[in-house]
Amino acid sequence: MSAPFSRSFLSHLFSSWTWLMAWRDSRASRRKLLFFSCSIVLGIAALTAIGSLGSNLERAIEEQAKSLLGADLVIGSRHTFTADEEQVFREIGGEQSREVSFPSMIHFVTNKGTRLVQVRALDGRFPFYGALETAPTAAADEFRKGGAGALVEQSLLTQFNAKVGDTIKLGDLTTRVAGSLLKVPGETVVFATIAPRVYLPMADLPRTGLLREGSLARHRVSFKLPDGVDAEKLVEKLKPRLDENRLSHSTVEERKRDLGRSMDNLYSFLNLVSFIALLLGGVGVASAIHVHVKQKLGTVAVLRCLGGSVTQTFAIYLAQGMALGLFGSLLGAALGVAIQLALPRVLGDFIPFTFEFHTSWWAVARAMSIGFVICLLFALLPLLAVRRVSPLAAIRVSAGSQTSGRDPLTWFVGAALAAGIVGFALTQGRDWRVGLGFAGGLAVVFGLLAATAKGLVVVTRRFTSPSLPFTVRQGLANLHRPNNRTSLLLLSLGLGTFLMMSLYLVQHTLLTQLVSSDRKDQPNAILFDIQPDQREGVSNLVRSLRLPVLDEAPIVTMRLLSLKERTIESILTNKTNGIPNWTLRREYRCTYSDSLRDSEKLTAGTWPPPTNRTDVVPVSVEEGIAKELQIGLGDELTWDVQGVPMKTRVVALREVDWRRVQPNFFVVFPPGALEDAPAMHVLVTRVGSSEESALLQREVVSEFPNISAIDLTLVLRTLDTILEQIAFVVRFMAMFTVATGLLVLVGALVTGRFQRIQESILLRTLGASRRQIFRVLFVEYAALGLLASLTGVLLATGASWALSAFVFKAGFAPPVAPMFVALFAVPALTVVTGFLMSRGVMNHPPLAILRAEA
Amino acid sequence: MRQLTKSYPNGSGSLTVVKDISFTIEAGSTCAIVGPSGSGKTTLLGLCAGLDQPTSGAVHLAGAHLGTLDEDGRARVRNESVGFVFQNFQLLPTLTALENVMVPLELRGQKQVRDEAVRLLERVGLGERLTHYPTQLSGGEQQRVALARAFINRPKILFADEPTGNLDAETGHLVIENLFALNASLGTTLVLVTHDLELASRAQRIIRLKGGALMNGE
Repeated sequence: MSAPFSRSFLSHLFSSWTWLMAWRDSRASRRKLLFFSCSIVLGIAALTAIGSLGSNLERAIEEQAKSLLGADLVIGSRHTFTADEEQVFREIGGEQSREVSFPSMIHFVTNKGTRLVQVRALDGRFPFYGALETAPTAAADEFRKGGAGALVEQSLLTQFNAKVGDTIKLGDLTTRVAGSLLKVPGETVVFATIAPRVYLPMADLPRTGLLREGSLARHRVSFKLPDGVDAEKLVEKLKPRLDENRLSHSTVEERKRDLGRSMDNLYSFLNLVSFIALLLGGVGVASAIHVHVKQKLGTVAVLRCLGGSVTQTFAIYLAQGMALGLFGSLLGAALGVAIQLALPRVLGDFIPFTFEFHTSWWAVARAMSIGFVICLLFALLPLLAVRRVSPLAAIRVSAGSQTSGRDPLTWFVGAALAAGIVGFALTQGRDWRVGLGFAGGLAVVFGLLAATAKGLVVVTRRFTSPSLPFTVRQGLANLHRPNNRTSLLLLSLGLGTFLMMSLYLVQHTLLTQLVSSDRKDQPNAILFDIQPDQREGVSNLVRSLRLPVLDEAPIVTMRLLSLKERTIESILTNKTNGIPNWTLRREYRCTYSDSLRDSEKLTAGTWPPPTNRTDVVPVSVEEGIAKELQIGLGDELTWDVQGVPMKTRVVALREVDWRRVQPNFFVVFPPGALEDAPAMHVLVTRVGSSEESALLQREVVSEFPNISAIDLTLVLRTLDTILEQIAFVVRFMAMFTVATGLLVLVGALVTGRFQRIQESILLRTLGASRRQIFRVLFVEYAALGLLASLTGVLLATGASWALSAFVFKAGFAPPVAPMFVALFAVPALTVVTGFLMSRGVMNHPPLAILRAEA
Repeated sequence: MRQLTKSYPNGSGSLTVVKDISFTIEAGSTCAIVGPSGSGKTTLLGLCAGLDQPTSGAVHLAGAHLGTLDEDGRARVRNESVGFVFQNFQLLPTLTALENVMVPLELRGQKQVRDEAVRLLERVGLGERLTHYPTQLSGGEQQRVALARAFINRPKILFADEPTGNLDAETGHLVIENLFALNASLGTTLVLVTHDLELASRAQRIIRLKGGALMNGE
């Protein structure tokens, strides 16, 4: 037997007669073949669209890099800048713009609405690159020139039915809405939904009276560097001094890298989902070609009798496979280009910059080649059978393949296919483990579905009881008869169910986790930034509104100075210890208390008793952060409590349920140590309705303008919206796979149609009623659909359990009702599709169908 | 045309279908292989034509030693020297009558073969049905297309496996007339497998098979 890829093979493959013969040979099956090529269309379309998206995003990031940060360099801090830091800024030079941002309450005077916002007081001409987009457009310019009034997030104005020109109050400041804020360079719309932004002129900040000692504010200086100064090099030079003062910094390059990375993640995810659709389509192609080749074995044998060589005949059918792949790829690419137009609308909210959509021809070519190669590899598996046809089969029906045993080339093609899949997955992530995990997970799902199909065949063959009614037996027998489509149908239906169900379950898990905090007895509103002298007043106010004071806590902010006798600076310079920087640099908001809260559990040591400020204060530390800091019982920590150093020793470890909405703390001091430090207080209550919530916020803000309130129900709603948006994107992509699954399903039913029709005719000739034939088909389709959905749902439950447990670290309580819906919807869909495909079989007289189909 | 055969093919397990058969068929002669069902006629034909390989023994066909050739080599011999007529016609269903007849020459890489194919089809009386597909032709017509196809490569030897087996007597007769006429005019060696003794009697020589062995040779 000659080598399949020898020169003679290639010359055969590209001879015009081979293609002419392939064309002639396809006469009766051309429409069917074209239809089958459609199963790869959606996968390729998705790959094309996502590929174009990827290259568009890359280009947009490159083009808009500077406006993504709005400046050449931004330096930020959690505290007001010190004289030393100001000196650094003076040395940097260039043009500077300052921003102070903090959470606070906005009060719409006209509409009596109140809500937590992110206030940003701005001084200078930020953004230096790109622009604040406002309506009216001129408002942004006015604002940057120092005009009066605030720029308020558009969604917020919509929420409170407010408009430009309305009066608002921020703390003690009364001002007016100068413009509605549409876009800030480098920030996503999603981000702004959580914390609507309100821009104020810096000059107005003192008049709000909101910034007091201990307030949670963030300070930023943006620089437009003089020409010729390289921000990267500058940061490198300044790094030791910035680190020393715990200043964060970002440059355009850093921002570009970060953005590129998160865009890469989005892109890889979407690409992998598309690839699953393509693979499923490939399975469909393989199965269609398998049937096609089976029908062509006689033709092949005759051609061989007439003197066609192995390679010559193989080339004819490979040409058909290639044409099929090419057609599918072209159609897929065309569809993909069309789908691209929809993508910006689907994904727009997640992308922090505007981008124009161009068709990336490179992406189109890439998707087409991937699609073509995958399709061809899948097609090759059954096509290889052509090489083994004996010419003897022309004179002898029983003469099958020439030699027994598996064609070694099958292994070769299988290996190439596996390598292609793993290779594709590996190119999608920076982390090779993710790639391997994807390929491995896919193999497991495919494997389990295939095993289920095998099992179904074996079980129905062995254990179909003779006592079952004829129609049921016949229907089940169809599952294991020769040329059955059981594996293919289970694979396509099961994979579709699995994907959709996994997505749904994960979304559900995340939402339940959030919603569970909204139970009856749980707090759902938090007042914070309460000054010590306002404590009494606020709790009285809350009680006067007949709301409970569920918890109250003082908060003292502090920073770590040293850890186990080593200064933070020295730990920071030694990168090998594995302690994350954020745990060392962050501001710790600590409290003091004489007892554990509901959400806490002591896991080691003893609760620190009240103390009279000795040299070492005993404290309790939350388990997780203790692990990050690599400390345990008895270890010493020194804190900088707003200028005053304080030595502490860990005497207790706590477990904290962070999902509970109430003040939770990393470090809890005993009473007696922190009373003199500047503190702010939080108060937790529960509101019964959004009216009550609005009333509380309004009353608090009018009496204590500096206090902020978080309405948890609002946060939940917002998160729900965001998750819904994410879910929409994911579902949009999953639809490609599900639709492919349906195409494969229809394809499988079409290929089995002739056989089914013959059987039905035979049965009807033997006197079966339409009703009986209907039942036979029903049993077959329902059994297939039910088992596919059962396998899919079980796999999905397993997968989302794993995701919940290991990735989201959330409790897993799958909703039973939707699982049952899926369990029955899939078989129903299968049965309906099956009947649509076999309509006519039952209605027409047997002879008429036989003639038409022959 | 000289042929020497000795073969022991295995069935499933170790069933011997054709036992130690040797004979020679002269070039240009006609020969019929007859015998009851299961006597190994078709197997013998497959071996003679190089469709299958003997377990032992050798076949010399049209000057080529088939045992020394690989599958593609045997395919080349078939293409250049052998013609086939099958019991069930074996026309390619998706090709027209004309295209079916052209295939053997096209497999060789020859172009401009249409005229020759048309001529042969006219000769078997199907000049009007060139563009018909096999399903649009009657059994006799299909077998005559198969005849045209078998003769287009001017084979040195033609193997016919029960050529009238699927045809009624009258149609079968017409096909046989065509077969012998073409054979005579082109000087082809003819090997017929049949259980129709009347048909066999038209051959110059009859080889009788029983239980896979020759009953009486030369």
